[in-house]
Amino acid sequence: MSERTFRVWRGGPDGELTEYRVEVNEGEVVLDVLHRLQATQAPDMAVRWNCKAGKCGSCSVEINGRPRLSCMTRMSVFEDDEVVTVTPMRTFPVVRDLVCDVSFNYAKAREIPSFTPAPGTEPGDFRMRQADVERSQEFRKCIECFLCNDVCHVIRDHEENKEHFSGPRFLMRVAELEMHPEDTADRRRTAQEEFGLGYCNITKCCTEVCPEGIHITDNALIPLKERVVDRKYDPLVWLGSKIGRRPKDTPIAPNVRRPEEGRGTA
Amino acid sequence: MVVGAGGAGLRAAIAAREQGKRTAIVSKSLFGKAHTVMAEGGAAAALGNTNAADSWKVHFRDTLRGGKFLNDPRMAELHAREAPERILELEYWGALFDRTEDGRISQRNFGGHEYPRLAHVGDRTGLELIRTLQQRIVALQQADAAEFGDPDERLAVFAETAVTSLVREGGDDGRIVGAFGYRRVDGGFVLFEAPTVILATGGIGKAFRTTSNSWEYTGDGHAQALRAGASLINMEFVQFHPTGMVWPPSVKGILVTESVRGDGGVLRNSRGERFMFDYVPDVFRSQYAETEEEADGWYDDPTRHRRPPELLPRDEVARAINSEVKEGRGSPHGGVFLDVSSRLPAEEIRRRLPSMHHQFRELADVDITAEPMEVGPTCHYVMGGVRVDADTAASDVPGLFAAGEVAGGMHGSNRLGGNSLSDLLVFGRRAGLGAAAYVDALEAGEGDSTPATGVLERAAAEAVASSLAPLKQGAGENPYAIHSELQDTMNDLVGIIRRGPEVERALERLAALAERVDVLSAPGDRVYNPGWHLALALPNMLLVSEAVARAALERTESRGGHTRDDCPEMSAEWRRVNLSVRAVDGRVELERTPSRTSPVSCSHSSTGTSWPST
Ligand SMILES: Cc1cc2nc3c(=O)[nH]c(=O)nc-3n(C[C@H](O)[C@H](O)[C@H](O)COP(=O)(O)OP(=O)(O)OC[C@H]3O[C@@H](n4cnc5c(N)ncnc54)[C@H](O)[C@@H]3O)c2cc1C
Ligand code: SF4
Ligand code: SF4
Ligand code: FES
Repeated sequence: MSERTFRVWRGGPDGELTEYRVEVNEGEVVLDVLHRLQATQAPDMAVRWNCKAGKCGSCSVEINGRPRLSCMTRMSVFEDDEVVTVTPMRTFPVVRDLVCDVSFNYAKAREIPSFTPAPGTEPGDFRMRQADVERSQEFRKCIECFLCNDVCHVIRDHEENKEHFSGPRFLMRVAELEMHPEDTADRRRTAQEEFGLGYCNITKCCTEVCPEGIHITDNALIPLKERVVDRKYDPLVWLGSKIGRRPKDTPIAPNVRRPEEGRGTA
Repeated sequence: MVVGAGGAGLRAAIAAREQGKRTAIVSKSLFGKAHTVMAEGGAAAALGNTNAADSWKVHFRDTLRGGKFLNDPRMAELHAREAPERILELEYWGALFDRTEDGRISQRNFGGHEYPRLAHVGDRTGLELIRTLQQRIVALQQADAAEFGDPDERLAVFAETAVTSLVREGGDDGRIVGAFGYRRVDGGFVLFEAPTVILATGGIGKAFRTTSNSWEYTGDGHAQALRAGASLINMEFVQFHPTGMVWPPSVKGILVTESVRGDGGVLRNSRGERFMFDYVPDVFRSQYAETEEEADGWYDDPTRHRRPPELLPRDEVARAINSEVKEGRGSPHGGVFLDVSSRLPAEEIRRRLPSMHHQFRELADVDITAEPMEVGPTCHYVMGGVRVDADTAASDVPGLFAAGEVAGGMHGSNRLGGNSLSDLLVFGRRAGLGAAAYVDALEAGEGDSTPATGVLERAAAEAVASSLAPLKQGAGENPYAIHSELQDTMNDLVGIIRRGPEVERALERLAALAERVDVLSAPGDRVYNPGWHLALALPNMLLVSEAVARAALERTESRGGHTRDDCPEMSAEWRRVNLSVRAVDGRVELERTPSRTSPVSCSHSSTGTSWPST
């Protein structure tokens, strides 16, 4: 057992860092320490969490400036006398203390054209090889912690880009659907024009913070960019666009983008 | 209105919406984060993809055996019959399960299931289930947006909104007319007016100290159903999962999936013995191997070998571990060893059990591909819950439905692994259909379907006053401290092994805590104030704990998730009895009701079987 110094963001957008001295035991994670603060010194400290096992993606915060899950950050990663500073994710509006309003993410999720099996098929018809589902399975490991969206520079300090950029999480969702062996929609143009794939300049910051270790940039974003390029030069698509026939793009679902949600402040 | 956005709640909402009903999904946490997300091993369904000999009848029989014949047989039957359809439907909505060689859904072995039966995605099946249902809801919202111009027209999600009470009209046959709650984000109160409420609030594990459950599991739905006049059954049956982490203390209780054993992991004590061979009860004797060679042969050739005893139902394994530790053969931190490192190549372990590998590496500095894990029992699941009609999920209260962990009956005295995820899908859907049919009947009926005047307003005024009380009581009790005392009480006195006098002591302590809960104090304001939220959940945990303790004291036998050290036998007489619990003036009352018997014959009878002495 030892005593450590924690600095925690308290209050809303105009809040400030408050310093606490707090007991820390062997094996604990940052979330344990936040819970101890709640139980002993700050009963109303707002912290979002569910599983405390790295599975639900609720407890995202920034610890010493780095986006992390507080339930998976061991105290042993810090120096013995290091002050631990915990702040809410910067890209989303803070509600109070460590909790922010992440509705931006749910609004973006709603814009993506959903999984579209071939007409005429039924449950039970699919036969897919393990090798063919593995690419999308990697992306489906996502626990929606939104740390990748938090870190991405396109929206981190650029409120104005939020309307036109879905962030790595949801561009990856597009890639996941595009690589699903039984999906028949084509979201490539939408990814480029509506979800802002072009804004991504493959800095890989998202990949670095992903607690699930998903290779967001290499396995989802870059291949998606390649597919978008392929599509442009695809003779069938070219011909199709001339004579107004399929293959068609799947547009974003109508009426799901609301003015206030587009700004990410709903 | 659906309370809860786990597997059961989301599946219920989809079913209700598909019947054309306007449906609200209300959840304490964010959309997509419900407890179901934590489920690891898989969803049981007799698809017969891995072994064609499997069928719903075998699944049904396994479920009854696992539940020690206290299951509602009609529920177990519907579950076994419909689970395959529900899984295939998920696949059709975009879920990507692991595959067999011929491209179908792969299935894995689990305790108590005769054949490989669990559809899975590595060890993150719950995440796949939640995400698929969440995305299905989005797809339906997109369809509604196109049709009506508003995605929320028929399916609206109220995230981070906690329900604190149900509103019911007066009289014995009074109907449910809505529910009251608050928004976590701003502390605002909400009153829902709805002709039906489907409870899908999950379990009660947070009443125990060592648990695999998240903060959501405060038994809200159980308690609210009681207060609304519904009955709970089987509350004495609480499942302790045999393998939770034991070290370091801060992660004690976090689940280690049963898939570790299903995929070859073995349990050893400090002497290196595979002790489970000593704990095979007579009822299972014929199915389980007697030597290590035989057990090891089973993984590759199950037709000519019997199963390893590590794959006995959970209650058996948990009790065995408990007694090994008690007799001094435990691991350094009070568990036993679970080893997969000597059984599978490292690469294979990482592929099949990625999140276990990650969890131990990150949280315990243990590399499971190179060394054994230390594990011990952890409170995991409550078999007891709202008494419901098997076909419609309707409770005793008109308009109130329940599905998922909050409903009782399906699993009898002990749930088999993998049977919960399929339960959520089967009975979630049935609850949605049942509620929709109820609304249709109500609207078609001659009576007025609008609530009696003043009912909602009066209920709301009362609820507001009681909800605000903790914020106003300056120098009252600290909710965190009371919660901690409650957890110790339940863990120590009504835990995995129970004794009559200890349960009596627990009841005394619970009564004392109940008095202190009246004067809880939560400093701060209403904006996202976790101390206040805990203060509002504590009375639920206490009421439910009392129900567990009273039923545990009454049932003087040992069966499934209820082990009485002072009554170690399983009794033929008790097999015919369900304990049902009601709240009368805020006090828990017990009633013995005859258990439902099976219309489908079951080849095996448990009558007169006794426990191995533990
Ligand atoms: C670690 C772990 C692993 C597991 N693995 C498996 C497995 O492999 N296979 C299997 O079959 N089962 C497994 N289980 C069990 C299974 O996951 C659960 O029993 C199941 O998910 C419960 O689902 P549910 O839909 O009933 O409720 P949950 O998914 O728990 O959802 C409850 C919902 O109710 C909401 N809620 C609760 N109270 C309120 C309130 N007052 N107001 C508003 N909303 C409220 C919550 O926010 C949540 O959305 C596992 C359980 C755990 C803990
Ligand atoms: S790689 Fe693209 S999406 Fe990821 S952080 Fe960089 S710019 Fe953002
Ligand atoms: S991709 Fe990774 S970082 Fe992004 S939301 Fe999913 S889990 Fe979090
Ligand atoms: S609390 Fe679930 S990921 Fe941290």
